[in-house]
Amino acid sequence: MNDIADRLAGASTPALAGLEPYAGFAAKTPYLASREEKRSRKLCASLEEAVRKAGLADGMTISFHHAFREGDKTINDVVAALATMGFKNLTLASSSLLSCNAPLIEHIKSGVISRIYTSGMRGKLAEALSHGLMDEPVNIHSHGGRVALIQSGELKIDVAFLGVSTADDFGNANGVSGRSRCGSLGYAMVDAQFAAKVVLLAEEIVPFPNAPASIRHDQVDFVVKVDQIGDPSKISIGAARITSNPRELLIAKFAADVVEHCGFFEQGFSLQTGSGASATAVTRFIENRMRKRGITASFALGGITGSIVDLHKKGLIETIIDTQSFDADAAESLRTSPRHLEVSTNQYASPRGKAAYVDQVDIVVLSALEVDLDFNVNVITGSDGVMRGASGGHSDVAAGANLAIVVAPLIRSRIPTVVRRVNTVVTPGECIGVLVTDHGVAVNPARPEVAERLKAAGLPVLSIEELHERAVSITGEPRPIEYLDKVVGIVRYRDGTVIDVVRQVKG
Amino acid sequence: MTLRRSMLFLPGSNAAMLSTAFVFEADSFMFDLEDAVSLREKDTARLLVYHALKMPAYAKREKVVRINPLSTPFGRLDLEAVVRAGVDVVRLPKTDTAEDVADLETEVERIERACGREVGSTRLMAAIESASGVVNALAIAKASPRIMGIALAGFDYVMDMQTQRGDGTELFYARCAVLHAARAARVDAFDVVFGDVNDEAGFLKEVDLIKRLGFTGKSLINPRQIELLHNAFAPAQEEVDYARRVVAAAAQAEEKGLGVVSLNGKMVDAPVIAMAERVLQRAAASGVRQ
Repeated sequence: MNDIADRLAGASTPALAGLEPYAGFAAKTPYLASREEKRSRKLCASLEEAVRKAGLADGMTISFHHAFREGDKTINDVVAALATMGFKNLTLASSSLLSCNAPLIEHIKSGVISRIYTSGMRGKLAEALSHGLMDEPVNIHSHGGRVALIQSGELKIDVAFLGVSTADDFGNANGVSGRSRCGSLGYAMVDAQFAAKVVLLAEEIVPFPNAPASIRHDQVDFVVKVDQIGDPSKISIGAARITSNPRELLIAKFAADVVEHCGFFEQGFSLQTGSGASATAVTRFIENRMRKRGITASFALGGITGSIVDLHKKGLIETIIDTQSFDADAAESLRTSPRHLEVSTNQYASPRGKAAYVDQVDIVVLSALEVDLDFNVNVITGSDGVMRGASGGHSDVAAGANLAIVVAPLIRSRIPTVVRRVNTVVTPGECIGVLVTDHGVAVNPARPEVAERLKAAGLPVLSIEELHERAVSITGEPRPIEYLDKVVGIVRYRDGTVIDVVRQVKG
Repeated sequence: MTLRRSMLFLPGSNAAMLSTAFVFEADSFMFDLEDAVSLREKDTARLLVYHALKMPAYAKREKVVRINPLSTPFGRLDLEAVVRAGVDVVRLPKTDTAEDVADLETEVERIERACGREVGSTRLMAAIESASGVVNALAIAKASPRIMGIALAGFDYVMDMQTQRGDGTELFYARCAVLHAARAARVDAFDVVFGDVNDEAGFLKEVDLIKRLGFTGKSLINPRQIELLHNAFAPAQEEVDYARRVVAAAAQAEEKGLGVVSLNGKMVDAPVIAMAERVLQRAAASGVRQ
């Protein structure tokens, strides 16, 4: 050893003042002194150990990804463990919540969870939240909007708990290898990037180096092996289903007609189809239309389904850009195809990022629970005012795309979908170009050129007022929902502003 | 050219379906009050169908109602409701003899007079569902000028024949008999429903068979079958191209005052020209096969 410490202490050079003297190669990295420890230092024997090491405390913010959708096991298991450990007053920032997360109700009641940020909610949890379960309203964000809230500093994630199917002992992880493969880790990649501490819950610890590293070891603090992170067979349950319903297929066919004639269906176009039966089914109908016109798409974006993968395999879609894989076909394609890219939701849709894929999309097909005369779209609250959906990427891609097409049946059972005023605005009507229903198509008056093209192609183009009248002539005018004053949900637009609030329903 | 390729069954008791099924492009809509409706729903279904028939959205569609047999407590009530509501066609189930049609016609005429509807404006259609019905098909088809078509119903028929649905052999005689009766009586002929909506290949195979036999159309149980059926019945592009050449050659021959038309060295006679004109009419009405 040299005498650098002495020389530093006695130095009169101002530039050396306050600098630390060298104290041995492992002084700052003590694990390097042990061949065993340097490999295993991130591995924790239990979730509890990881939680303690991560320094989680009451009042902090924890985060999760929801790539397993209805098959997720991580969120419920981790929150239950935190409850047992006695944590209180946590903010839960899951990229979304679904019906399978009903066990959280108990932990909200007991004060473990006191605030929630999420894209959406379903089932019993959604019912309970809509009926005022929490003192603080739920913040509902879009996928891009979540990243923007993180980037703005409003949403500070203290500890991210990220379920992955495989990780190595350093924390290189992905969702395309191992047993329970969810495919893209687009949501988790954001948390890995921005959370103060990152805990991986890995189903399998595989030999180093695990590749691809969707989550990289320089982002990961701790790795815990768990039995199961989720059930991939339940990913496509719920919103991301394939339909055989003739009405949904009819809507999908009309939507494909709109795609074909809207003016953006040309060589190298790009598209996204949202979740929801008709939106997903559109993909199946555009294959023939692409072949007829002899064109291919440059890329498909989004939540990716097997039907998009099918067109990719057939050479009709050159590149797939995947932030969430909606089924096993998508996950497998992500693993095997070099032109099937995994992207974070930051790259996908954040309005605060330096660029977002949604801004490059030509045509997007999206679902809706309600659409109003100004083309505003509600994808959160049902006709009874109860929250039962998700904001998702709806407002993100509607804002970025050249043409947003919304598909919905005009009537669901006996309830009109086209209404005077939506219960909750999630996506502003100014971003919506065309509404496609089973009874005809309405074009936003702001897009007269699209209306002309569709009319010229012989499509049944009506005004949205006519569609509304048609719906009401069949169902009658529904009674207004009775709300209480308490706000149970704040709908954050993708830029962080508040676009609407959800009030507690009476009864 | 009026097309009657597809006749879509709609259960009369399903309000949600009745109120919006007109969005599907079936040639005819058949509201069912008979087998698709349980005994406890008969009155509800009759009321629902009565109102559906009056919906403006169905005004331009051909509306058929399958009533319960007149031998049941429901048949006459059904008939009263649907004739008064302006139904286009009454479909009589389980038609065994020409007398069944005559009995129906008497009732229909009585109701038409009672409600002030033009006598004869309610058309009839007989469903043949038994060995007797098949044997009497010609008499049934000719039993009334109101008859617009006869339909074979496979399920009851194969029961009556003590067999079951299989590859179609079991229906071969009945199909041919009903079809010949219909053509001899100059009315339309409709084939049985195809039950497995998920078996597209099986459905298309059956459609191909009945199209080649000469059926006018087919009863359908799911809207998903409509487009498949219509496409299969649409003439192929080559047929349309050939038909155009035939019609053009005929027109040219007539211009020149030639009695005999020839195309590519082959003689084209009147039936070929008539057929070509039909193909073009059909293409105009239904489009070309995709």
